[in-house]
Amino acid sequence: MATTEHDQDIADTDGTGAGSPPARRKRRRIATTISVIGELLITSGVVLALFVVYSLWWTNVIADRQENKDAAAIRKAWSAPQAPGALNTEDGIGFLHVPAMGKGYEVLVKRGTSVDVLNEGVAGYYTSPYKSAMPWDTTGNFTVAAHRDGHGAKFHNIDKIKVGDAVVFETRDTWYIYKVYDILAPTSKYNVKVLQPIPRESGKTTPGRYITLTTCTPVYTSLYRYIVWGELVRTQPVDAKRTLPPELQ
Amino acid sequence: MYGWIWRRLPGNAWAKAAISLVLVLAVVFILFQWVFPWAEPLLPFNDVTVNGGGSAG
Repeated sequence: MATTEHDQDIADTDGTGAGSPPARRKRRRIATTISVIGELLITSGVVLALFVVYSLWWTNVIADRQENKDAAAIRKAWSAPQAPGALNTEDGIGFLHVPAMGKGYEVLVKRGTSVDVLNEGVAGYYTSPYKSAMPWDTTGNFTVAAHRDGHGAKFHNIDKIKVGDAVVFETRDTWYIYKVYDILAPTSKYNVKVLQPIPRESGKTTPGRYITLTTCTPVYTSLYRYIVWGELVRTQPVDAKRTLPPELQ
Repeated sequence: MYGWIWRRLPGNAWAKAAISLVLVLAVVFILFQWVFPWAEPLLPFNDVTVNGGGSAG
């Protein structure tokens, strides 16, 4: 028989049975506690889902916006007549082009591999534990890192790079054309030897002009590192129209 | 918990719904603007460098 709460209150005034007011109040308190816990669990699930949205989408939006702005500033500075002795490398040293990661793919390269730098949606060259050589140095290893996912995800498609593919670095005046000769994946995140000036792990024993790309693998994790090694094939001066080298056409 | 908030919002059901929407958006904004950027470096999902540590992303 259906009775309202009020009816029961009256019916229970004789103080008999489990439905007495103190017992019901206790039951209601337990029910409230359970429902609050349930709501908190649902809330934490929603927050975690939002975090995934943030990591894989929103950080890309922010980082791409920042990278586009910085890249445009560099391009503008390059097109202006150069002031004597005013080589400004603070905002980026040039652009890395990797046709294997998509036609027209380019990413600005800045100094350092700290979170603050890489989260700007750029690639960063290492300053430690091995200091990166610059592409224009006569020998050394130009070592670069970028995010695999989130914050621009500039190296997301690094697995599309195959041995023999071209990797081109563009500065104000020169195209540096590298050819990929070895890939190491996965390797330990403690394997800093891949950054050595002569990357012996790639089979090289003599000084040369190398490039090393590093990012994390597998995708969406940071368990291991993915390494791509290239060696300089040739350089080509940038002409007035900034004509792309054949590898990028 | 949410029922408690709902009962304390002023106005009729439409007004309550509108205020709820604003509150939800405010919470999402706070999460995206401050909470997630703070939490992200503490979580091991986006370290891409070889340095042995987890400090550099």
